[in-house]
Amino acid sequence: MPDTILVVVEQREAKLNRVSWETITAGQAIAAATGWTLEAAVAGANIGGIAAEIAAKKVAKVYAVESPKLERYTPDAFTAGLKQLLTAKQPKLVLMPHTYQVRDFIPKLATAMGRAVISDCIGFKHENGKLIFTRQMFQGKLAADVSFTNDAPWFATFQSGAFRGDKAESGSTAAPVETVNVEIADSAIRNKPQEIFKEAKQAVDLTQAEIIVSVGRGIKEQKNIEIAKQLADALGGDLAASRPICDSGWLPMDRQIGSSGQTVAPKLYLALGISGAIQHIVGMKGSRTIIAVNKDSEAPIFEIADYAIVGNLFDIVPPLIEEVKKAKGGGS
Amino acid sequence: MKILVCMKQVPQKDAPLKLNEPGTWIREDVSYEVNEPDAYALEEALRQKEKHSGEVVVITSGPARAQQVLREALAKGADRAIHLEDNAFVGLDAFNTAKAFAAAIKDEKFDLIFTGLQSDDYGYAQTGVILAELLGYPHATIIMHLEKNDSGIRVKRELEAGFFQFVDMPLPAVLTIQSGINKLRYATLIGIKQAKNKPLRKVMLAEVQSALGENLQKIERLYVPQKTKKTERIEGSPSEIAKKLVDKLRNELRVL
Repeated sequence: MPDTILVVVEQREAKLNRVSWETITAGQAIAAATGWTLEAAVAGANIGGIAAEIAAKKVAKVYAVESPKLERYTPDAFTAGLKQLLTAKQPKLVLMPHTYQVRDFIPKLATAMGRAVISDCIGFKHENGKLIFTRQMFQGKLAADVSFTNDAPWFATFQSGAFRGDKAESGSTAAPVETVNVEIADSAIRNKPQEIFKEAKQAVDLTQAEIIVSVGRGIKEQKNIEIAKQLADALGGDLAASRPICDSGWLPMDRQIGSSGQTVAPKLYLALGISGAIQHIVGMKGSRTIIAVNKDSEAPIFEIADYAIVGNLFDIVPPLIEEVKKAKGGGS
Repeated sequence: MKILVCMKQVPQKDAPLKLNEPGTWIREDVSYEVNEPDAYALEEALRQKEKHSGEVVVITSGPARAQQVLREALAKGADRAIHLEDNAFVGLDAFNTAKAFAAAIKDEKFDLIFTGLQSDDYGYAQTGVILAELLGYPHATIIMHLEKNDSGIRVKRELEAGFFQFVDMPLPAVLTIQSGINKLRYATLIGIKQAKNKPLRKVMLAEVQSALGENLQKIERLYVPQKTKKTERIEGSPSEIAKKLVDKLRNELRVL
């Protein structure tokens, strides 16, 4: 049997999570580099529609892992179901998107099989026949090339945005879909998940904002947020923040940008005192222009900034507000 | 309730990092602090103990410097500490770290085990979930609220894009705690004083070595990431910077 790569796509309530296309693209790229066969799988209840959607892509085969116990996600059921699939099909490499759901069960699944996961990867290399995964470390300040040292199956997850979902190649004909019915005992499922909900209707929708002024830890105190607000007002933009600011209650949670908050892509993203932790970056890296002000010249935010200002935001922002006001007042 | 909190010492957020000679890890001569989500995990454990009584035990692995994390936790109100003390623990992957913790607590029975949701150094977000599987406990990740009830606990999981979910689960269980679940307390002077007399058990590598295996993954090299984007630095006095920026906003980005 040839070596295979298995991409496990993510679904919730029988709808495909779009980030899965990125993992398909990653799988296709690794297949092209290694010559291994690419297959895909989806686990759930009544997920034939998703399997067919995936089968239109350039993959050799799609497995629909079916059980009524997989209807609502639990780490116990997903581990039990996927372990049966992996044991039967023996892929060499298992890929998944680094979503909150995958984070919740993939370490358990790998451990149950005596294996490890290289999680939150941003790329791969195939060097002299060796497969290496690249991931960020120390909040993005450094990168690491990581390899597996044990036997397959190997598990890896890819960070959202690491590959382009729209680059997933379609196949010339639909790939065959094999339904794999798995047995999961009631007693194996210990968690009882309730309905998914949103806290409150989100008051602020930042996804449509054209200009965002965003503050991070560098703002130091709650009262200092006022100068960021003044800058946002002068620019005609919206005020947002990184997670620690909202955790501290300095701004409401609905102003938070990042993996647990909103994902934005404004024309201008002005980051004040934001170091650029991965969880923040994934929420704003699609911005057309990024201006970053930070006193630490090594802050990861500068890696993705178009314009970098190394300095104290409290020195820089007040004259900037004045200049913006002047420019606006002067008519344009 | 008897609660174990797994904590980690990581380099300080804005500490400049230098690579070691072979380029496989950072040089040790940096300032360290407690991994931020772990501080929230400790706080949540202390609050649960205040509500339901019981005991809070903190555990960490790493060289002598890592003891600072335990001392701070004891000063904030943890009852006792376990330190897996050896430099070798720094190089363990998540699978082996979890195995070492499981071996160190094999004679204890905890109702709950907390970890932070991920570490600020590796960022794997795995150790807690692996530990749950090794111990045979159920788990839930990225927890924003926790309440004890008659049959076990009800937790509030944070999902992506502003969604949440309540999950009922039996005890014992492992939870990974999200930053912001609560407000952190400071250690009091009396707390710091009392911490000196609280028990701190040291576990040497030899005691847990038989439980460990080879690392299943290896860092081939560590490096400063290559920039993919062209960044223009804007320099000068604050007023010069302001003028240059406004010029760009107006004439290049056309947002003014």
